[in-house]
Amino acid sequence: MHDILLIGINHKTAPVELRECLGFAKERTDGAIGALRRLPGVCESLLYSTCNRVELLLVSEDKRASAEAAKAFIAEFNQIPLARFESALYLHENEHAARHLFRVASSLDSMIVGEPQILGQIKDAYRQASAAKTTGVILNRLLHRTFFVAKRIRTETGIGGRAVSISYAAVELARKIFGALDGKRVLLIGAGEMAELAVEHLLRHPVAETFVANRTFENGLALAARFNGRAIRFEEIGEHLKRVDIVISSTGAPGLVITREEVRTVARARKNRPLFFIDIAVPRDIDPEINRLDNAYVYDIDDLKGVIEENIEDRQKEAVKGERIIDEAVVRFREWHESLDVVPTIVSLRQKLDAMAETEIRRTLHGNALPPESAQALARMMAAFINKVLHEPTVFLKHEGMQANKALYLDAVRKLFKLDE
Amino acid sequence: MDAAILITIVLYMLSTAGYLAYFFLQRSRLQQAGLALLVAGFLSHTAAIAIGFAHKGHIPVSNLPETLSFAGWAVAGAFLVLHYRYNLKILGVYAAPVVALVMAIVPLLPKTPAETPAVFKSFWLVAHVTAIFIGEAAFALAAGAGLLYLLQDNAIKTKRSRFFFKRLPSLDLLDSTGYACIVVGFSLLTLGLITGLVYAKSFWGRFWSWDPKEVWSAISWLYYAVLLHGRLTTGWRGRRSAILAIVGFGVLLFTFLGVNFFMEGHHKEFTK
Repeated sequence: MHDILLIGINHKTAPVELRECLGFAKERTDGAIGALRRLPGVCESLLYSTCNRVELLLVSEDKRASAEAAKAFIAEFNQIPLARFESALYLHENEHAARHLFRVASSLDSMIVGEPQILGQIKDAYRQASAAKTTGVILNRLLHRTFFVAKRIRTETGIGGRAVSISYAAVELARKIFGALDGKRVLLIGAGEMAELAVEHLLRHPVAETFVANRTFENGLALAARFNGRAIRFEEIGEHLKRVDIVISSTGAPGLVITREEVRTVARARKNRPLFFIDIAVPRDIDPEINRLDNAYVYDIDDLKGVIEENIEDRQKEAVKGERIIDEAVVRFREWHESLDVVPTIVSLRQKLDAMAETEIRRTLHGNALPPESAQALARMMAAFINKVLHEPTVFLKHEGMQANKALYLDAVRKLFKLDE
Repeated sequence: MDAAILITIVLYMLSTAGYLAYFFLQRSRLQQAGLALLVAGFLSHTAAIAIGFAHKGHIPVSNLPETLSFAGWAVAGAFLVLHYRYNLKILGVYAAPVVALVMAIVPLLPKTPAETPAVFKSFWLVAHVTAIFIGEAAFALAAGAGLLYLLQDNAIKTKRSRFFFKRLPSLDLLDSTGYACIVVGFSLLTLGLITGLVYAKSFWGRFWSWDPKEVWSAISWLYYAVLLHGRLTTGWRGRRSAILAIVGFGVLLFTFLGVNFFMEGHHKEFTK
């Protein structure tokens, strides 16, 4: 039987200093999977390398030799001694490898559970490996099952449901206040990097207008140009509070930029429309007392972090449901994988033919009893016939020389005779 | 009729169970089940009222159980219209229990023997009662939307109760639903009062007789008129508007029930 091996390190077993030494850059992956494929015993190979993990997936007929060779290969490829990272490596075989891959692709093993990128990265790796022809029947099947499982977990559990970044949390909150965000006006105060990060997702919605207020008007102009917005002077903030719906503040100012009194006085001009403040500055720019005014909501950086933490907890609860789906998928994959052996395949092929013969004999006789000697003769004839039919395929499948393609032929036989139903 | 009412009550209670389960477990199947049961309940309720109508030959609001049942029917109908118009699923969590509760009281109340006083035989009465009751149902839903608004507003402000935050829709949707309900309720209340005046004129020969119910209806009407005016001119919206909608429904409940119990007047015979 061909074994599936998964060798890797991830953010749980190795610190970033070590992971960054072991990465496989995209341009060099092609060469690496080809080289892996030529290691002793290896008949299929695939690898993916992200900032949180490096994992090799191999199908091997000699798992011990292949595993050792693969470890040595990682060391050699990255020019780093094996001793430095060997303790951080994990090695999973067969159904454990399948389970690990399912969990990784479904983002149950990610640093932020439910983040969607990892599935895309594995899909890319698979595309690259199949273009380089380093995958075969086992990895093809395994990866297709993986994509299916990952998709099922995403749609059937709430694992990717809730916002886990500051930027998404801000959008989620804004939606709970305003419903749809189109047609809303956004005011950015401060043109720093934090401001950009925070509005990144917000501005992907078709908001009506964006204003940028900055102490240095020129910097404000530059940022406004990036967001198709308008730069305003710092002194104009008070006036603009009458028109905007969402205010995001991230200045380095030591004191408050917007006070409770300012907001209270514009409420009437705003006809009490809700006003949402996102304060990501430390020290804070927005007076927290504003939150106590009607129809005004203030979230500072700690509040947003609190929201995110709770959402992460929610995701972890959903992840438990994901594990159940994976358990089921692992069992089914194992059954298929174990069936890819010569003996069980021939046994089930024989059972199938026996069953057919028996049915046909019964049908031919129409319930008429034959004399015992004739019945025995007929049964012997059928058995001999089945032996003859199975002789060549058995010799072929057991033939030593075709080891490399064995899984392929076994899979073909199982499909031709529908042995898996 | 009694059998139909019992079936109705059971369906409304099952619907309530469906909606409450939906609220806690967040499975959309449960919400669909709650809605289907409410629709079934509403149909059997309509049948019950139609049978009553055919049986008596006039609109069945001649005693307290009948009147309450009619009010419950109006709330269920108004919610269904709102649901299909705005797809506001969550309001069912409020509407289904309210209707179920109102209907559960109906069979417990003593029924006065139904004689058919001349007062019931008029088109104007049917128009008056129907408009008033559907209008009041709309106000009841406005109060429900207001209640949900306050819960969600509180959840966002305190940053703690994630339970409501996750389950309730946006403040904007709750606010505009409440507003729509009040506009509909106010229009129907106005219509109900006008038809009532016309009916009073045709039956008692005068438009207005300072009956306590009349006075309190006028107070309710003025209250909602002020509320709408405030919204249109100075923007009474959000939290304040939600509180006013809840208080307004309290005033309305007093007009509907309190007046009958605490004061005398020619409406009394409708809720004996």
